[in-house]
Amino acid sequence: MMHFRFTQTAIDTTGARRELLDLGAGGYVSFEGWVRDHNEGQEVTRLEYEAFQELAVKEGERIVADALRRFPVKHALCIHRIGSLALSDMAVWVGVSSAHRGEAFDACRFIIDEVKHRVPIWKKEHYRSGDSGWVNCERCAAAPGHTHGHEHDDELEHHDEPAASHS
Amino acid sequence: MQLKIQYYALMREQAGRSEETLETSCTTPADLYGELSTRYRFTLTREQLKVAVNAEFSDWSRRLAAGDAVVFIPPVAGG
Repeated sequence: MMHFRFTQTAIDTTGARRELLDLGAGGYVSFEGWVRDHNEGQEVTRLEYEAFQELAVKEGERIVADALRRFPVKHALCIHRIGSLALSDMAVWVGVSSAHRGEAFDACRFIIDEVKHRVPIWKKEHYRSGDSGWVNCERCAAAPGHTHGHEHDDELEHHDEPAASHS
Repeated sequence: MQLKIQYYALMREQAGRSEETLETSCTTPADLYGELSTRYRFTLTREQLKVAVNAEFSDWSRRLAAGDAVVFIPPVAGG
């Protein structure tokens, strides 16, 4: 089974959810990541997502396989959209089915956190001001001496803010 | 030796291309990034990047072979 894939068009959550059905599952948990109208004090008007797909799919598959090993869940799937997205569009979807809810929440959280940190996907924000920037890259570039724990760290940072956070 | 370099996101914009085949005497990804940084004035330092060779994450000190495909990976931002 493929556990991680990209789409250029809107994510079909109904179809994705169907892939997780299992007679032994008592429920399922999903996470949807949406395009938000602001980031770091800037008004965002749209986003462009780009991926190094060959490696991204491998790394995404490894993350979901890891989740399936760590948590006693039935099925898990992650779909990431790429291309140009408008406000409120869904950028990413994660779904996990399980006999019991606790491990489904845990596995879902694990997958989205790891995807944000490890998978070679980039987003360019376009701002109301007419300016634009690659999230996590432009500020690094502005301050080359500044080292920090950015998204390549193996250590998990648990935060709910999109990957723009440098904290 | 000839290498294939692919560029994504900020690196693609700064290099002004998404890929190229390059004749180089560089033997490691670290050397190669130094050479290309000078050419394209990349703003990210090597410490801010990861590198992939033939679509797998790699060490910066790996010995490159003719025909290898190299991708410099700027800080990621999926989700």
